[in-house]
Amino acid sequence: MSKKKISKNQPESFKFSEDNLFKAQNEINKYPNDRKASAVLALLFLVQKQNGNWIPLAAIKYVAKFLGISYMQVYEVCTFYSMFNLSPVGKYFIQVCTTTPCMIRGSNKIVDVCKKHISEDQHNLSKNELCSWTEVECLGACVNAPMMQVNDDYFEDLDVNKTEEIIQSLLKDKMPKPGSVKNRKSTAPEKGKTTLLEVKNA
Amino acid sequence: MLSDKDRIFKNLYNDLGWDIDSAISRGDWTQTKDLLAKGKDWIIKEIKDSELRGRGGAGFPTGLKLSFAPKELGSRAHYLVINADESEPGTCKDRDILRFEPQKLIEGCLIASYAISAHTCYIYIRGEYFVEGQRLQEAINQSYQKKFLGKNACGSGWDLDIHIHYGAGAYICGEETALLESLEGKKGLPRLKPPFPALIGLYGCPTIVNNVETIAVVPTILKKGAKWFTSLGKPKNTGTKIFCISGDVNNPCNVEEEMGVSLKDLIEKHAGGVIGGWSNLQAVIPGGSSMPLLPKSICESITMDFDSLIKAKSGLGTAGIIVINKDRDIIKCIARIAKFYKHESCGQCTPCREGCGWMWRMLERMADGDATYKEIDLLYDVTKQIEGHTICAFGEGSTWPVQGLLRHFRKEIEKRSHEEPLVNKKTNIPYLIDQHLLEEDNA
Repeated sequence: MSKKKISKNQPESFKFSEDNLFKAQNEINKYPNDRKASAVLALLFLVQKQNGNWIPLAAIKYVAKFLGISYMQVYEVCTFYSMFNLSPVGKYFIQVCTTTPCMIRGSNKIVDVCKKHISEDQHNLSKNELCSWTEVECLGACVNAPMMQVNDDYFEDLDVNKTEEIIQSLLKDKMPKPGSVKNRKSTAPEKGKTTLLEVKNA
Repeated sequence: MLSDKDRIFKNLYNDLGWDIDSAISRGDWTQTKDLLAKGKDWIIKEIKDSELRGRGGAGFPTGLKLSFAPKELGSRAHYLVINADESEPGTCKDRDILRFEPQKLIEGCLIASYAISAHTCYIYIRGEYFVEGQRLQEAINQSYQKKFLGKNACGSGWDLDIHIHYGAGAYICGEETALLESLEGKKGLPRLKPPFPALIGLYGCPTIVNNVETIAVVPTILKKGAKWFTSLGKPKNTGTKIFCISGDVNNPCNVEEEMGVSLKDLIEKHAGGVIGGWSNLQAVIPGGSSMPLLPKSICESITMDFDSLIKAKSGLGTAGIIVINKDRDIIKCIARIAKFYKHESCGQCTPCREGCGWMWRMLERMADGDATYKEIDLLYDVTKQIEGHTICAFGEGSTWPVQGLLRHFRKEIEKRSHEEPLVNKKTNIPYLIDQHLLEEDNA
């Protein structure tokens, strides 16, 4: 369970943009007619995308009304799932995995880089208010450890220098190319494959 | 070693392209119509004969699971749900299937849906895998274009729609009933069983929940035959499996190998050996973070399949192998796993909610050398009070790694512990207080 601070600065109202209204309707259509509530996670993601990576209380009310479920049901979903932010985060939201497989490969150094260049405490914005960072639990790319996620994209096989490069570029409002920083091919062994050597499209 | 022609996931490293045309040229979506024409009973019997066991961790026989769904479609719809909420530390196999072999999964969905009479299939992907989800959506769109999905899917006369549902960062949603709750738009709290999902699952309808890898291997089994599948691996532990080797190895990688391959072979041949050589090995967690670790002495000869690992008091789990060498503090490693479980406990059952944090705090103290000898027995006692006293298997998952540590590395903990508690007189904390309220970071 994650603890969440609810932002003191709340916008008065929230409304989906035209584009997101269409997407929201698409999400609802995935589920049976009387089971609109299923789309709540998808709608909250849309809110988060539209509202700069966080969910204001007005949007929780809006989503509840949109789906015809109670305010509380949406609220508890927001606080239960760790991916929903209830207070503002940076335009570039950096999540560093620190669970055991990444820890073994040196994720604490990545955390130190974030502390040095972004902010001493997690969740606080950087000086130019573009980035914020947090430690998270396993992101499911253990073979490419250590790794971090910036918004939707994974940066894998990190080391201190490369992480500094990435973060400096994010602080300048430039998104570097995601993926393995060593240009390693997906999850294949770095020094040459040991299997699937002669496989071609039949 | 498994030969390349027997490997199921030929595009594991994306050398051949993930798009539908490349997938078809690799043999996906061939004979699918004929397979479906052989009927539901034949499909389920063939999967039963192949002795395929679920790849999501528990190793439940897949054919048996599929047969639990009601035979005839009644007034309630049937659902197939694919569990792609891969969050077990050490495991990243499903991600590669979603990225590089999506058509195998989609074809498997069609076959399994047909076998259990489901017209709708939901694929529950963890929210962090956003890019992988988009890739899968593209792959699904391509199959719709080729008329492999939708009305009269693949010319079989069966209608099937596949939808993607994103999770939002909760490990517990990998538990099948918590996943269903989450799919219904609620908090992911596991349900009491019975009733089992096969009869009362999603929206109260019969639902079969399966792991990505399990469903993705089904088409190949049916095409090559159950006999071929049982010829690989060991009896009752048949077929191939994707192993994820991470941690202190020279070349961490995902690799598809036969079940029952020896652990030493996996580490030495595929992952480039332990950093500092085999003699530098301290322990291996063989099946994702919930499985008890194995010390070096067992690692020498253990084979990676469900039954031999159970004999060694561990388990295959999701086959996420985490290698720990002697440069690491083993207690710290397990303490970090305990912290993971503390963070991810859904908070529904008291033993798990309170016990996971308790175990973590004790392990941190042990790692720092502040614990007493009595606490070691207390820790074991706590694990035994959580295990088996919770609604879902999270209780077992969180306590087994700690029990494994106590079983094999008790001496290490004792070395650092004291007879009397170390009392820091400066702290002015009353004894009975919620520690987590005091420590901001712990929440």
